[in-house]
Amino acid sequence: MHIVETQYHTCCAPPHELKLKSGVSLGPVTLAYETYGTLNKDKSNAIMVFHSLTGDAHAAFFHKGEEKPGWWDTMIGPGKGFDTDKYFVICSNVIGGCKGSTGPASINPKTGKPFGLSFPFVTIDDMVAAQRHLIDHLGIKKLLCVSGGSMGGLQALIWATQYPDYVESVIAIATNTRHTAQQIALHEVARQAIMGDPDWQGGDYYGKSIPARGLALARMIGHITYMSDKSMDEKFGRKLIAKERLGYDFSHDFEVENYLKYRGGNFVQRFDANSYLYILKSLDYFDMAAEGKLTDVFAKARAHFLVISFTSDWLYPSYQSKEMVRALKANDLDVSDIEINSSYGHDAFLVEVEGQTKLISHFLARMQKGVAHV
Amino acid sequence: MSEAGKSIRFDHQIIIKWVDKGSRVLDLGCGDGVLLELLIKNRGCHGTGVEIDEKAIYSCMAKGLTVSHIDIDAGLADYSNKRFDYVILNESLQEVLQPRKVILEALRVGKKVIVGIPNFCHVRARLQIFFQGRVPVTKELPYEWYDTPNLRFLSLKDFRYFCKNNGIKILDEVGISGSKRVGARPNLFAHTGLYLLEK
Repeated sequence: MHIVETQYHTCCAPPHELKLKSGVSLGPVTLAYETYGTLNKDKSNAIMVFHSLTGDAHAAFFHKGEEKPGWWDTMIGPGKGFDTDKYFVICSNVIGGCKGSTGPASINPKTGKPFGLSFPFVTIDDMVAAQRHLIDHLGIKKLLCVSGGSMGGLQALIWATQYPDYVESVIAIATNTRHTAQQIALHEVARQAIMGDPDWQGGDYYGKSIPARGLALARMIGHITYMSDKSMDEKFGRKLIAKERLGYDFSHDFEVENYLKYRGGNFVQRFDANSYLYILKSLDYFDMAAEGKLTDVFAKARAHFLVISFTSDWLYPSYQSKEMVRALKANDLDVSDIEINSSYGHDAFLVEVEGQTKLISHFLARMQKGVAHV
Repeated sequence: MSEAGKSIRFDHQIIIKWVDKGSRVLDLGCGDGVLLELLIKNRGCHGTGVEIDEKAIYSCMAKGLTVSHIDIDAGLADYSNKRFDYVILNESLQEVLQPRKVILEALRVGKKVIVGIPNFCHVRARLQIFFQGRVPVTKELPYEWYDTPNLRFLSLKDFRYFCKNNGIKILDEVGISGSKRVGARPNLFAHTGLYLLEK
């Protein structure tokens, strides 16, 4: 059993603060990160993976004394898709988060109190800018690959376009280049759930009662969007909870209700409501083509791409991946893409291990050999 | 051909000869990527495949190829003019919805286009139609009318007419039967026709 510990890197102390896209400066900035495998002598085997909305730096292996491995342990490890016998894999948390990196729950050095809503708005670009300091700190000039699913994919795309010299290849999974009205709408409902909870207190709830009901509700909405009609029907159907017949009252009747309640309740133990609000906002603001055409944005990229999407994913539908692929092809970039047939909805990027293991390991092998097909 | 080269399909052998060393190649309907891999290994080509079958994508990736999971009919619009030295449509043209558009698009994104088509007017097929009064099912055209993936039925002659009417130059034509080149009367004796085109 591989044991791993989360590490922390602090940078951007005043007067060298991180200049955020909003114009506000933030510093010092701490990033939580973990590494798996060994960095080779010429530092050419480093791969950076990025987590999705509520993930953290703990992507693989086990924390001491814990029974559950990291969130992408199925894909990262010896002999796995991201083979830690060959590659040095880094997973970094994001700023704005609540898993060891600087975020709204962190103490504001100027006041000695948690930031709360005085924390500046961060974008995906800002998250990546902070991660670049970490990669510089590790002395890595070029990442063999940057990869992530969902929000993790957004970070990989920003790496490829903002810091093209750092990126040899990109594996973008179940992700997109801009958030659509539907995605923003779903996020707004989640935000209203949190902000409508009286315990939210305008974000100033630290040391008091947390907005648990609102946060749990937001998470329940999220979980519905991660599944598909089919996967929910297969998992729960109309199964009743320890009941022979319908109760004809407002207690829970169906298993799916219990599942959502369990997921929501679980989540409030491990995630900060303000972080959830901030990160959702960073997703809403994400639009790579905000200042022009997507084709022009990717003109800066020089990486080799593997783009993976899933047929039943309606949160990050595959047409968005195809849009991305078109813009990459228009720039004569080396791009492979696949739409995997899966009924798991957006969750597929974490669940469909077998196919992705093949695709990713073969793609990385080619990247390591330096074979280009442009 | 080298010792290993003996197992290379005859149509692939011709295509490998046609394609210049170091060319940029787009293989439309590349299947499991056998031809692309040969072109990369034997001719030092830079190749990209387009394939609609998900399983075939995994095979291509295992060979270390670049491949796009998309329909041929939709797969060409993204590329700039003369992006490739060769665009290959081997055994795939008869399955596309809009063959004319696809060939013209292929000639836009490629300097030269290689097309391989099954000959639906091979002598055996003609005899089946004439004597049995049935739509031909042969070793080379094994499908029944109700389960064929082929949407288009054409002969080598039809294809030559098509090229003439669309201002497409045929630089070379090879009729193939089994693993042999058909010298005389290919429209009667060739099972497949291979064309090297330019516009």
